[in-house]
Amino acid sequence: VTTMLLANKDLEVDAEGFLKDAAQWDESVAEAIAREAGIAALTERHWLVVKFMRERFLSTGTAPSIRTLGKESGVPIKELYQLFPKGPAKLAAKIGGIPKPKGCI
Amino acid sequence: MKRIVILGAGTAGTIMANRLRRLYRRDVRAGRIIITVVDQDDRHVYQPGLLFVPFGTYRSGDILKPRQKSLPRDVWYVRAAIERVAPEENTVYLADGTTLDYDVLIVATGSRIVPQETEGLTGPGWRDKVFDFYTPEGSAALAEKLASWPGGRLVVNIVEMPIKCPVAPLEFAFLADAFFTAKGIRDKVEVVYVTPLDGAFTKPVASQALTHLLAEKRIRLVTEFSAGRVDGVAGELVSWDERVEPFDLLVTVPLHMGAEFVSRSPGLGDDMGFVLTDPQKLQAKVKPNIFALGDATNVPASKAGSVAHFQAEILTENVEAYLAGRPLPAAFDGHSNCFIETGHGRALLIDFNYDVEPLPGKFPFAFGPLSLLKESRLNHLGKLAFRWVYWHLLLPGRELIGIPTRMSMAGKVPTEPQMRHVPIKEMQP
Repeated sequence: VTTMLLANKDLEVDAEGFLKDAAQWDESVAEAIAREAGIAALTERHWLVVKFMRERFLSTGTAPSIRTLGKESGVPIKELYQLFPKGPAKLAAKIGGIPKPKGCI
Repeated sequence: MKRIVILGAGTAGTIMANRLRRLYRRDVRAGRIIITVVDQDDRHVYQPGLLFVPFGTYRSGDILKPRQKSLPRDVWYVRAAIERVAPEENTVYLADGTTLDYDVLIVATGSRIVPQETEGLTGPGWRDKVFDFYTPEGSAALAEKLASWPGGRLVVNIVEMPIKCPVAPLEFAFLADAFFTAKGIRDKVEVVYVTPLDGAFTKPVASQALTHLLAEKRIRLVTEFSAGRVDGVAGELVSWDERVEPFDLLVTVPLHMGAEFVSRSPGLGDDMGFVLTDPQKLQAKVKPNIFALGDATNVPASKAGSVAHFQAEILTENVEAYLAGRPLPAAFDGHSNCFIETGHGRALLIDFNYDVEPLPGKFPFAFGPLSLLKESRLNHLGKLAFRWVYWHLLLPGRELIGIPTRMSMAGKVPTEPQMRHVPIKEMQP
């Protein structure tokens, strides 16, 4: 098990830096992961997506796809790519402290 | 009396019907077990053959057979669309208003392309300069186009993962290179491979080898490109972050989703319509008497016929145990085994599972070892012979000589530094 020191906490993470335990997450952890990924500050729009993602995962057990995010999070897909460059679903999951969404096999 | 209902009579559903019918031969004859297979049409497509249709190697008639020809006679075949599954009632509702009750349900309804999900993809230019090759109609239309196409900029694009047979778009690019070379117009064609992945393929060692092959064949690679919209009139493929790839001919692998009824069945699928499935036991998360295999599941294995074949052996054991009231004994390891056509009569072979990525080396085989991750003539002959194997050994659910259900490390050469793959346990929430 790899641990990573972020926001003054020892966090258990996988090989790509996704939290292993969603319960270790809080807003300061989210901000620290975002900075590591090159997002200097999380705006209200970032939070809208990150919280939607996290809540959907905690209630259903799976992370929503990019298409669901675009339809239901309140942020259209195009803006998602501006907020979370290259891979919005993957990056928002990482910042939200939930496992990497499946799909890339 | 026990009722087993199989939804879907494609590769996975047909293999399961044949295996279960063989396992329960006496019970089926005596009426103690009734196996019912449901499909909405009677056209079984040999899907690996779709790749060869655009280049005239096969015609679409060569890859189609009636579904019933590959199913046992004493299995019921219901031709109907599926409305929904009601897990609480153990009932399947069909679109014609009838219902089927089951003791065990096996979902094998595969995945389908949904080009309408990408803006402009099926608009002006569809099947004129924008084509798919994942349907018999699409691949036949593309064959007609390629026969007279004078050349230009050919863009091969994957809209989003996961897709069926993740190597097929690469094979298409390789075969296009060979096709235009043979026609003497290779210098008039620019082939561009545009993918949402960060490399040619998902797994690091194979990705490196395949990236090298693309370069060798003068195919340009564009990575991390998430297709947002298509303008078929202007000939532009545009990403969500506004990068533009112009094309004279676009060959798209559209978004894939599971069967529509999955989303209408409470708790059965994820938001793409793939059945939420335990990756080892192949049991649906929603209820213990529902199982799923093949392209229909959300397990992190390739959506490929070889996977359906290996899963079917595991699932047969688990269904038998379930009906006998025993704990499920068998666990699927994610084994996948694929030939990759590289053109000019050669092919690669890759063999991998949930935890071990495709590695170079030799694959021990009945007629002599096959080269892993390296082009050879024998691999190509293996791929062509596979059409016969598919109809006569694979669909009937027979063992394939020399290809074990669980992946073996024999002959594989671990590369240094070995890039670690995230084990399956960590990928599950």
